[in-house]
Amino acid sequence: MSDNAATIGGLAVPISIPKRAAQRRNPLLLTPYGLVAPALTLMLMMLLGPLAGVIALSFTDYQLGAPSLSWIGLANYHEMFGDRVFWTALRNTLVYVGIVVPGAVSAGLAIALLIQSGTSLRSLYRTIYFLPVMATLIAMAVVWEFMLHPQFGLVNGVLREFGIAGPSWLQDRSTALYALCAIGIWQAAGFNMVLFLAGLVSIPKQLYEAAEIDGASSAWARFRLVTWPLLRPVTTFVVVISGIRSFQVFDTVHVLTKGGPSKSTEVLIHSMYTEGFEFFRSGYGAALTVVFLGFILLLTLIKSRLADRGAQYA
Amino acid sequence: MARIELKGIRKSFDATEVLGGVDLTIENGEFLSLVGPSGCGKSTLLRVIAGLEPQSAGEVTIDGSVVDGIRPSARNLAMVFQSYALYPHLSAFDNMAVPLRMRRLSTIERLPLLGTILPSRRREERTIRADIEKIAAQLEISHLLQRKPAQLSGGQRQRVAVGRAMVRQPVAFLFDEPLSNLDAKLRVHMRAELAELHRSLRSTFIYVTHDQAEAMTMSSRLAVMIAGELVQVGRPAEIYDNPRDARVAEFVGSPKINMMPGRIRDDGRIEVFGHVLRLTSSQPSGNCRIGIRPERIELGGGPFSGAVVHVENMGAEAFVHLGLNGADARLVARVNDVRRLPDIGSHLSFNFAADAVRAFNSAGKRIDVTAEQAERIRERAIV
Repeated sequence: MSDNAATIGGLAVPISIPKRAAQRRNPLLLTPYGLVAPALTLMLMMLLGPLAGVIALSFTDYQLGAPSLSWIGLANYHEMFGDRVFWTALRNTLVYVGIVVPGAVSAGLAIALLIQSGTSLRSLYRTIYFLPVMATLIAMAVVWEFMLHPQFGLVNGVLREFGIAGPSWLQDRSTALYALCAIGIWQAAGFNMVLFLAGLVSIPKQLYEAAEIDGASSAWARFRLVTWPLLRPVTTFVVVISGIRSFQVFDTVHVLTKGGPSKSTEVLIHSMYTEGFEFFRSGYGAALTVVFLGFILLLTLIKSRLADRGAQYA
Repeated sequence: MARIELKGIRKSFDATEVLGGVDLTIENGEFLSLVGPSGCGKSTLLRVIAGLEPQSAGEVTIDGSVVDGIRPSARNLAMVFQSYALYPHLSAFDNMAVPLRMRRLSTIERLPLLGTILPSRRREERTIRADIEKIAAQLEISHLLQRKPAQLSGGQRQRVAVGRAMVRQPVAFLFDEPLSNLDAKLRVHMRAELAELHRSLRSTFIYVTHDQAEAMTMSSRLAVMIAGELVQVGRPAEIYDNPRDARVAEFVGSPKINMMPGRIRDDGRIEVFGHVLRLTSSQPSGNCRIGIRPERIELGGGPFSGAVVHVENMGAEAFVHLGLNGADARLVARVNDVRRLPDIGSHLSFNFAADAVRAFNSAGKRIDVTAEQAERIRERAIV
């Protein structure tokens, strides 16, 4: 037996050598892919999969819970672009972003500059201004609803003291969106402040001294000469993050106005929610999501462009 | 050009006193170095002069007028920082243009868009460009003007920083350890350049450094600061040769002065390692310290002896470290002929001339000593 085996083995050896060599080469080629595979699979499943799913879904008439779906091409997009509500939601979202981003960025920068220039209680102020970020917006919305109440709200109460009759903020078509913008700024300013503070700390103190010696005697001149240009990378980041976050505005709208009165506060994500989860038109909701993602992608591209330009300062 | 006077400058941060009453006059056109070990308050003093730090007491006078409470920008001083403090987002040209634009342009003219279309701004920009190009040519950085600081080497940044200080023709230049971020070779080179610059500008330079070699080689006068006090002010050679304080003697000179424990005997003679020197002091008897510079120690022959523990050959000269018998003190002697160096472990006898001795009392103050021969002659004369 053993002799036979040896013979067979002996015969087999010269034949199997090229085969083995090929096998040996193959695993070497495949090993890197094998090692990358788990991470790649997870990434595809968890990150890129859902995105592809949403895009695919936007070309169907799928309804949540429906047993079947059919391919309807661009019908969802046709419907969407013909829908007045979509354009209102898009316009409102852009107005919201257009107000909240500059508002929250400049408020965050102003607070950061004030805290940075202060001498004591810095960490206390930092914590206080960061509170809105930590607190759940849904919970804080209750307070805001009370504050903005037309009869017994704090805001109108104060206005009444000055003899001004305040509007019913959240129920008035002309003010509801702006009231939400104010809440949005209130919430985002603290987050931006933390980022700006980190940026301010990294500016070398000697640059301010050099500026002072070079003749920049006013605070504004020093801000223009040193702070603003050196904060540029941070500002770019803050603007983009604020932009993305305000594009995603949903919770205040849902809790306080539900897109009303008469669609005056309807925003993209809220339409998406109503279409997808209240009317169960998942396909149409997916089409809205694709438009939304398009805007986010645009912002991200702008950011990476600006970040590349900012890199040369480092 | 300016004469800067400091009167009783004190500065304390909370409870710590950094400057304890500094009086100093910096003459017009002088190159004065403030030198001292780290943390002695020299940078703080410079910042007080610049106006970046308000003094707790005392006054600063520039050309006869008191400048306390006047903003740094209004004092018309230029400062070169250790980190150069160039604006990283501006080109070398724009960095140098900042002080000129700040002074010559109004706030409206400096506005980014509106300002550029004003004809007065364009006129000013032309003169600013001409001024900068002149200075850049002088500093040999004309080809670097369009670069950002990140694209410049340490030495080039240094030049741009000096250029930024020079363009507006300040009354005095303040330097805060400007060479300490450069490598050793470049530092020596820049040392010579700064000294030349001072000669050609004839402006007042105040230069802060912890590097005694920098201070010795460049300045017309040295102010040695230790622990917030001005200990000695004088010409470099005078400070080196005639230190009034043991701390000054130890700080100035490399390698350090040799300090040996000595004693003033009852008869006024000074004794070192059991050997009585031919020197007398009028001070009361007690312990003292004897300082001798390494180059004044003569190896080979003499009443003292030690074992060679280390030899540093620098090429042109060498330093022999001697361990002294029966004492933990070490001595460094300079040898000019590096071809004949002693072996490590060998015993050497040495001596030093009486006029090489600098004696200090136990508090570190300098004691005057007289050579004995003169003393004897006087004795005879009295007899």
